[in-house]
Amino acid sequence: MSFRTPLSRVTGLGSAKSGTEHFWNQRLTALANVPLMLFSIWLVITLVGADRAEMVSTFANPFITGFAILTIISACIHMRLGLQVVIEDYVHTESTKWLLLMLNSFFAFGVAIVAIVSLLKLSFGG
Amino acid sequence: MVQLTLPKNSQPKKGKTWPKPSGDKVREFHIYRYDPDSGENPRIDTYFVDLDDCGPMVLDALLYIKDKIDPTLTLRRSCREGICGSCAMNIGGLNTLACTKGIDEFKGAINVYPLPHMPVVKDLVPDLTNFYAQHRSIKPWLQTKTPEPRTEWLQAREDREKLDGLYECILCACCSASCPSYWWNGDRYLGPAVLLQAYRWLIDSRDEATGERLDDLEDPFRLYRCHTIMNCANTCPKGLNPAKAIGEIKKMMVERAV
Repeated sequence: MSFRTPLSRVTGLGSAKSGTEHFWNQRLTALANVPLMLFSIWLVITLVGADRAEMVSTFANPFITGFAILTIISACIHMRLGLQVVIEDYVHTESTKWLLLMLNSFFAFGVAIVAIVSLLKLSFGG
Repeated sequence: MVQLTLPKNSQPKKGKTWPKPSGDKVREFHIYRYDPDSGENPRIDTYFVDLDDCGPMVLDALLYIKDKIDPTLTLRRSCREGICGSCAMNIGGLNTLACTKGIDEFKGAINVYPLPHMPVVKDLVPDLTNFYAQHRSIKPWLQTKTPEPRTEWLQAREDREKLDGLYECILCACCSASCPSYWWNGDRYLGPAVLLQAYRWLIDSRDEATGERLDDLEDPFRLYRCHTIMNCANTCPKGLNPAKAIGEIKKMMVERAV
């Protein structure tokens, strides 16, 4: 039995005074992902059947590697923000939620860094 | 995790079927019944209403049932003309007002349940304590710092027009009770009705607490749980668009940050 007033329960710990940056970054990366994903699809199609030497020569072009890295950064930020929302929506046990939010960040940064290092390796001749 | 199925003691069972009167225009109603004092599960009772002896709205049928068939049926109603919001309930799968929903808008048996995902006090009466407290939390009144004028606070016609589509909200809770985000996080997310009310005060040209109001709303849960699902706009019995109001609040947030 709790004697807290309904207003006290609703106001809780107060406003976090954040969330706009998350909202803005999600939209920003969504917008950026449109041309970047089109670029990625084009890149993958042009490299179908290419051997390693052709791959290395393609990624030696800084514009190609630069756009590919941008795609990875934008997609991973978007993925992290999106999954964070899903976890916050559906997971209500605080400890599980925090653990999943941490794993989500580790996963997104891990994927991004491995992909970027791989691209750079290829770009610098491998 | 989110609870996707009802707990065992909340699952409705088949209830009583009341006698069917003779006549050509008889309509079947399946109505959610729950009495917390009985300790029993909710049940769905079946009633038959003679439409020749009853008004045209679903509320008329519910009152017919209460007056002539089963006086234990419990529901809220007051104005019977879509202004008070008391008779908000789930009719035929959509949250709406029983008093403005015509019986002839449905085919076959009509299912009548209380507003979804709200605690049930009895039968069709939901407990809206949390909803009302959330409304109270956004300070739904004019806040000013300038000394009060001798007469009323003046407002230009075009500024007054900005309140159209907002002031008509009757706080029936149909929209909030239709919102999956509110179902899962109703303790922290303010929900469409309260956010529409918040926007009504945010764009009131006479109000001087816009910044403080935005500060209070800027929260990953209070505001940003809205994922533009649009159930709110789809269900609003007054034809309002809470999702648009929430979108406008988000725009104001970005405007002051970027």
